Amino acid sequence: MNTQTMTVDEPRVVGGMQKTRPIEEIKSVVIRFVGDSGDGMQLTGNEFSKSVARAGHDFATHPDYPSEIRAPTGTLFGVSGYQIQFSSGQVFTSGDAPDVLVAMNPAALKTNLPDLRHGGMIIANAGAFNKANLQKAGYQSNPLDDGTLTDFRLYTIDISDLTTQALKDSGIAKKEIGRCKNYYALGLMLYLYSRPIEDEEQNIRAKFAKKPEIAEANVIALRAGYAYAESTEMFVSTYHVRAADIKPGRYRSITGNHAAALGFAAASELAKVPLFLGSYPITPATDILQELSALKHFNITTFQAEDEIAGICSAIGAAYGGVLGLTTTSGPGMALKTEAQGLAVMLELPLVITNVQRGGPSTGLPTKVEQSDLLQAVYGRNGECPIPVIASRSPADCFDCAIEAFRIAVKYMTPVIFLSDGGIGNAAEPWRIPDPATLPPLEVKFRTDPEGFQPYARDEHLARAWVRPGTPGMEHRVGGLEKHYLTGNISHDPINHERMVKIRAAKVAGIAKDIPPLQIEGPQGGDLLIVGWGSTYGSIVQAREQAEAAGKSVAHVHLRHLNPLPADLGEILARYKTVLVPELNLGQLSKLLRERYLRDVTLMSKVQGKMFKVSEIYDRILELC
Amino acid sequence: MNQMTEMKQPPRSLCSLPPEGALSGFGRPGATEIKPLTRKDFESDQDVRWCPGCGDYALLAQVQKLLPTLGIPREQFAFISGIGCSSRFPYYMETYGMHSIHGRAPAIASGLKLARPELSVWVVSGDGDSLAIGGNHFIHAMRRNIGLKIILLNNRIYGLTKGQYSPTSEFGKKTKTTPLGSIDRPFSPVSVALGAGATFVARTVDSDHPHLLDTLKRAAEHPGTAFVEVLQNCIVFNDGAYNALADRETRDDARLLLQHGQPMRFGKDGNRGIRMRGFEPEVVTVGEGGVTEADLVVHDESAANGGLAFFLSQFAAPLPVPLGVFRAVEAPVYEQLSTGLADDARAKRGQGTLEKLFNSGDTWTIG
Repeated sequence: MNTQTMTVDEPRVVGGMQKTRPIEEIKSVVIRFVGDSGDGMQLTGNEFSKSVARAGHDFATHPDYPSEIRAPTGTLFGVSGYQIQFSSGQVFTSGDAPDVLVAMNPAALKTNLPDLRHGGMIIANAGAFNKANLQKAGYQSNPLDDGTLTDFRLYTIDISDLTTQALKDSGIAKKEIGRCKNYYALGLMLYLYSRPIEDEEQNIRAKFAKKPEIAEANVIALRAGYAYAESTEMFVSTYHVRAADIKPGRYRSITGNHAAALGFAAASELAKVPLFLGSYPITPATDILQELSALKHFNITTFQAEDEIAGICSAIGAAYGGVLGLTTTSGPGMALKTEAQGLAVMLELPLVITNVQRGGPSTGLPTKVEQSDLLQAVYGRNGECPIPVIASRSPADCFDCAIEAFRIAVKYMTPVIFLSDGGIGNAAEPWRIPDPATLPPLEVKFRTDPEGFQPYARDEHLARAWVRPGTPGMEHRVGGLEKHYLTGNISHDPINHERMVKIRAAKVAGIAKDIPPLQIEGPQGGDLLIVGWGSTYGSIVQAREQAEAAGKSVAHVHLRHLNPLPADLGEILARYKTVLVPELNLGQLSKLLRERYLRDVTLMSKVQGKMFKVSEIYDRILELC
Repeated sequence: MNQMTEMKQPPRSLCSLPPEGALSGFGRPGATEIKPLTRKDFESDQDVRWCPGCGDYALLAQVQKLLPTLGIPREQFAFISGIGCSSRFPYYMETYGMHSIHGRAPAIASGLKLARPELSVWVVSGDGDSLAIGGNHFIHAMRRNIGLKIILLNNRIYGLTKGQYSPTSEFGKKTKTTPLGSIDRPFSPVSVALGAGATFVARTVDSDHPHLLDTLKRAAEHPGTAFVEVLQNCIVFNDGAYNALADRETRDDARLLLQHGQPMRFGKDGNRGIRMRGFEPEVVTVGEGGVTEADLVVHDESAANGGLAFFLSQFAAPLPVPLGVFRAVEAPVYEQLSTGLADDARAKRGQGTLEKLFNSGDTWTIG
């Protein structure tokens, strides 16, 4: 916990008795909930983040879970975690190192302890530290009592047993009782951070509305955890984080995938054109398909295709039919969609291809974050096959990017690749809910006039006309073979082919003039410019602010548009002595920048399935300026 | 929110299902007048580039003859194809059309049909396109029973790449990639379609134009996926593959014309027939050895159980080649189910609005 500003003694009223317990005011805190995949840690973390959100905090979360659904209990590889940072200031990342670790078993402690801040707090479920679990985690002795954790503030609580005790008269099965312990842990944490539990009780009753006895058991467990923390006085102090200074408005917590789904729904409404999603389930992109599948009362059709190829192909068919075509996937699925992307380029139909990137290559690290599909997005097709590429920087930004992707797609009659990643797809942050009336309209024109119609004649943006089948007198054929530049009929003429290749390239390159000027954070020129893209945004922003506070001249520009690159980027790069490019890959944007602007950039690479820590970027800044 | 309120009535294509081919209301004013169409109206201005004598010409001619008789405006047709000789088909049709990528036509057509259920969507494909590279999309279209008309031109060879064996080439066949004979076992497109749960499955042959036309008409009228295998001669790389079916001298003995409710009789004199011996078919002659017509299997294309159709699909020499409708049953149609779900959702929740959507779930107010 940073910036402990003050300690106040504040009377608390508990059960009619007045107790005095110091409340420490802190600026921000990073908490990590860890346990077995089946322990409900994602739920606990999620509920905790909702609670701090209601208190007016800014926050960012990072779920970290294994690709196995429910690995054998107690194993190191079955550990699932959820990290949240909340603050009285702005929050851009889920935090470098946890201040508090809530560990539900030995494996969870073992795998996460190395990340815990020195002197940090451990709340351990002592009941799970039995011989079998210790053995599975590879502990020779019990770390809770062998003195190895003296560097930390250790609180051992037998959450398993206390939950069982609290629920012994509930009448629910033993197995179900075992599942309530995450709510017990949540109750502890809500007390510790001075949050009321009434809202959470309502949440529980709503969530388990169909199983009232389970709802009641969870409420009892929640209250028991809260009461335990309150009455045992085991925590020397509780903590209070002041509400953040956040722009007034209505907020909700949103993950990147959810925001993308809302953005796509918004694009359809703004364009007044139905949306069609063809998709095949794949981690970590599946949520978008699930979210949109639940919106059938909008003009949205979802199609769970037989494979990734059918996902994009059905979307192409829908786009030919005159609706907004969308497909969503992750790396390996993107590879399968490659040929169809080429078809979409040839057909010049609007289509959005969303890649929620994960660790690669091949199956790689399905649940981890990586930014290694950038070059695939920009170049990975046969032939001269340009596709515009944009990337979102944060969970909430996925909403804007989803709309931007369709704006480009329909204006330029082109497929667009929208890159998100596992880091922001599943992570949550507060989203200031926009007024739909203030969203910019998305103009779509269907040509209905057959007079002088040529399927591949172009407007000033080099876009051809979109014609809905069913329009009389405009019957025409499109296809993947090279076509005549006006009629669209098959053409093998050499000059025509070169002309078409150049037109397709010029059309995509021309999007650059549509990209708003880049926003530079920090000095407009000088020693160091950090150029980032995608989910590295939060870490870079915080590192830059810290460096600036330490008196360094460092600027940051974050790219949403990656193909084409913004028109003013070259000139901006030239204003700084050093350009640092932090990327979760081996240097893909760096390569694009060097190639495009013939200037060197300093790569900062990380490929561990993890986000950059703020401190990593901060340290690198200090080395460079 | 002004622009939102205009959308209270969703586009018709996604909320209710007009009969296939009915005018969607999106066309120009005047689109509702249906002038009588002729075969000529369906010929595009492109030169047909198949080899002279190719069986594909027969299909093109019969389709162009059929479409004007269906009472569907020309602009409501879309032809989608993949890759291969047969997949050039859309270029020659004066309808909407797409020549796409290898094997993917059913997937593209499925998206089009779901987005625009009122269109009449046809897929033209070949044995390589549908059964090798595109096998997955082929079977899943059948499984869903989506309203596509899928025509598979089966010449049992790869023509466009100049003569390699296909999934329907005979075992032992010598081709450019099987100089010592193919060791791949062929499968029957009709069996595959039936196995995938197709609700309409038929087979016809390029050389019998009336039969081809009749079969296509039946397919056009079928709600749900209609699959037609067209046995088609490749004059360059597999010439004569279906000679026995084309030759007027031999064809009556070589084919079994399936007729719903009729005993399975064939042959020049019409006195040969199919009898069951246990689960095995055998050829018998009516009037010989005490065999009467009552002994013959009676065709039932609408049998709930697909067993009879599958039994027919497995006929191999010396049994005759069954031609006609193997199976035609009614089942829920995918695009209707899809629009039905949307209608139900709207009835229950009202037409969605962004205002409601954005503000759903846990929200909180700052300031």
